[in-house]
Amino acid sequence: MPNDQDKTELLCEQVLHACNNNKPLAIRAGNSKRFYGREVEGDALLVDGHLGILSYEASELVITARAGTRLSEIEAVLERNGQQLAFEPPMHSERSTLGGAIASGLSGPARAFNGAARDFVLGAKIINGKAELMQFGGQVMKNVAGYDVSRLMVGAQGTLGVLLEISLKVLPKPEAEMTLTYEADAITAHRWLRDWLHRGLPITASCHYQRRLSLRLGSTENSLRAAHKTMGGEIADSAMWPQLRDQTHTFFAQPNLWRLSLPPSAALENDEDSLIEWGGALRWKASNNNLFEKARRLNGHATRYQSNAAAAGTNPAQDIFQPLQPTVLAIHQRLKKAFDPLNILNPGRMYKEL
Amino acid sequence: MTLTPEKSLVVRCLQKILPAECVLHETEDLRPYECDGLSAYQRVPMVVVLPETAEQIKQILSFCTTRKIPVVARGAGTGLSGGALPLDDGILLSLAKFDRILKVNLDNLTAVVQPGVRNLAISEAVSAHGLYYAPDPSSQIACSIGGNVAENAGGVHCLKYGLTVHNIIKLEVLTMQGDSLTIGGDAFDSPGYDLLALMTGSEGLLGIITEITVRLLPKPETAKVILAAFDDVATAGQAVSNIIAGGILPAGLELMDHAAIGAADDFVNAGYPRDAAAILLCEIDGGTAEVTDQLSRAHRVLERSGATQIQVAEDEQQRNKFWAGRKAAFPAVGRLAPDYYCMDGTIPRHQIAGVLTRISELSDEYGLPIVNVFHAGDGNLHPLILYDANIEGELEKTEELGGKILEVCVEVGGTITGEHGVGIEKINQMCVQFNAQELTQFHAIKRAFDPDELLNPGKAIPTLHRCAEFGAMHVHHGQLPHPELERF
Repeated sequence: MPNDQDKTELLCEQVLHACNNNKPLAIRAGNSKRFYGREVEGDALLVDGHLGILSYEASELVITARAGTRLSEIEAVLERNGQQLAFEPPMHSERSTLGGAIASGLSGPARAFNGAARDFVLGAKIINGKAELMQFGGQVMKNVAGYDVSRLMVGAQGTLGVLLEISLKVLPKPEAEMTLTYEADAITAHRWLRDWLHRGLPITASCHYQRRLSLRLGSTENSLRAAHKTMGGEIADSAMWPQLRDQTHTFFAQPNLWRLSLPPSAALENDEDSLIEWGGALRWKASNNNLFEKARRLNGHATRYQSNAAAAGTNPAQDIFQPLQPTVLAIHQRLKKAFDPLNILNPGRMYKEL
Repeated sequence: MTLTPEKSLVVRCLQKILPAECVLHETEDLRPYECDGLSAYQRVPMVVVLPETAEQIKQILSFCTTRKIPVVARGAGTGLSGGALPLDDGILLSLAKFDRILKVNLDNLTAVVQPGVRNLAISEAVSAHGLYYAPDPSSQIACSIGGNVAENAGGVHCLKYGLTVHNIIKLEVLTMQGDSLTIGGDAFDSPGYDLLALMTGSEGLLGIITEITVRLLPKPETAKVILAAFDDVATAGQAVSNIIAGGILPAGLELMDHAAIGAADDFVNAGYPRDAAAILLCEIDGGTAEVTDQLSRAHRVLERSGATQIQVAEDEQQRNKFWAGRKAAFPAVGRLAPDYYCMDGTIPRHQIAGVLTRISELSDEYGLPIVNVFHAGDGNLHPLILYDANIEGELEKTEELGGKILEVCVEVGGTITGEHGVGIEKINQMCVQFNAQELTQFHAIKRAFDPDELLNPGKAIPTLHRCAEFGAMHVHHGQLPHPELERF
């Protein structure tokens, strides 16, 4: 398989063709996140052949790559320089791409501590729904020229533009890591955790599941030793973190899974069946009920999340994401129109109105 | 002054919405609002309003929408790009009375504040809890958080702690048409498009922010600063890259050139090595053990990078002294000439040495001295051009030189503004950074929020017509590229 291939021209032509014929496009790269959104009816626009790392210099803390570049390749290159994508994008399969990570905007276990995908995006080259090639942001750390269109693309699931190239800020990997575990119910565990976070301890991931709190710490060796002394807990194996990131952990195999994103301090239940990450702010739960209303009452939002269905096919045609406030939805529709007036880019992928 | 019939009608209508003392319309009352921190541009607004509630803002906006009156929002007026420059036929909406911290949530480490709250006041209010608000623009004593959001303000600590966009989680916004929007949320992410990112840095063109939820961080246990001296600027620039490549993420990494060192040291007696061609201030913060490890690593890197002198501040007093020099650098440089003009380009770090050389060549060419003191860790330059506004034509020459510097930044892969915003100041350079299609896309975004284009019109995003006049776009036989595109 080649690892450097520029399909910009072809992709522009395909979008133009779709415009001229008023035919919707279903944008696809690695297809590992097919489950994460509503089914799109349209001709496939394949981005996975548009690949290659375009620039990377460790001293700049910036990597620029084409959207079809596999995440595994990017991670390997960064790893060789002691650096990382600090938001830990989930790799639902070996085929997961940079474009998919940014279009979905999903972030892994480190999110609560290091920041989310959107926090690391510095620039993007896109094709809008009028087949126009455009570039926003750049490769520098600070840039306030024009609206922040590159961040707007994060999580927009291709409905505003086809991602072609993305520049990301990268960070040094911590010199050392350590996993600590404790036996505690969810309420107690999160009380400890809040106290430790408040004291600035170098926590980079948390997980509470079945009366067990697991924490990942990242810093220098000396600092980890000092932190362990303060926090106690048993040193444990670190294998669970990639499993959480990529959702290969057995927990994610259950049907009717919901993802609840809530304020960290939202009331906890001591139920044995939830898996809680992000210091309390991300809660996973299997439920036959619709949890949108419950999430709203807790000042957060819910997502129907069937990562397991990826293999089987797609999510049924129902609402996947929390319904939007009517005034906010209206702005979404007008923005969609501003980028994609003919409604050809992944129509209905996020909401049926978009 | 005599009121035009239009103005007197506007004043009367606004007085029905607001108490009389909150509607300013006499010239002497309007004068203080004629400019923001960029005093080279001045314009007296038709009326200034000082609403006290979101409901009043809503009514003002509805009124202005009906009468098609443009509205410019203003926070503390410290912005450096003329973003809050009023319009003579428009209303200046001051958010100065929105100055309350509404709530501090110690469980979620957030604070809900009104837009007129001063940046530093947030950190002061939560300091007793061991918390602070990270973005610290140099104007933090005076600038307001609403203005910070509008400009996506940065500061000294961005490389490690991010810009405003990384440190806010929720906004309450009113659109020009009076719709209330909740953007972002109390959780770590929210459904739909990332409107929070779009609003941040939108320079008051998309909506009026009435409430902001910011993230608070625990104060680091320890902070240490290293001062390293170099005998040329290029070596110092290379040392910046070496530190980052060495796996160190400093809380602050600042560079000052020879002229800045002298000026700052004269001003506050910072204890800088005055014979150095450049100094770096490198701050490391975090847990004590981590800081000790990183500090010795940084020390080694600086040694290998050719520093002629390396000094770790021995105590808090010396650390504050080192920083006092950096923080006083702008006013200190202000004593070197009657006026100075502060630029704000950002470049890839490895270009620092080359761009500083180009800047010094341009300085010679224009016969205007330039002092450099900037956020080297972010590659965010702040060249200060020294001039005398009383000399005929010197401001124009200075602006032209500034424009040239920004074009150099774009040329090496950087941007025309890192943290000060485009406003009115850099509107021509936007034509260099973006092409006609991209600018058209920006205008389409604007109209999605503000269809009548009444919010801060003429700022931040140039019309294609303006770019054609500026000559930055290729005009062939009097025709713009893409003649099919609408011009505004």
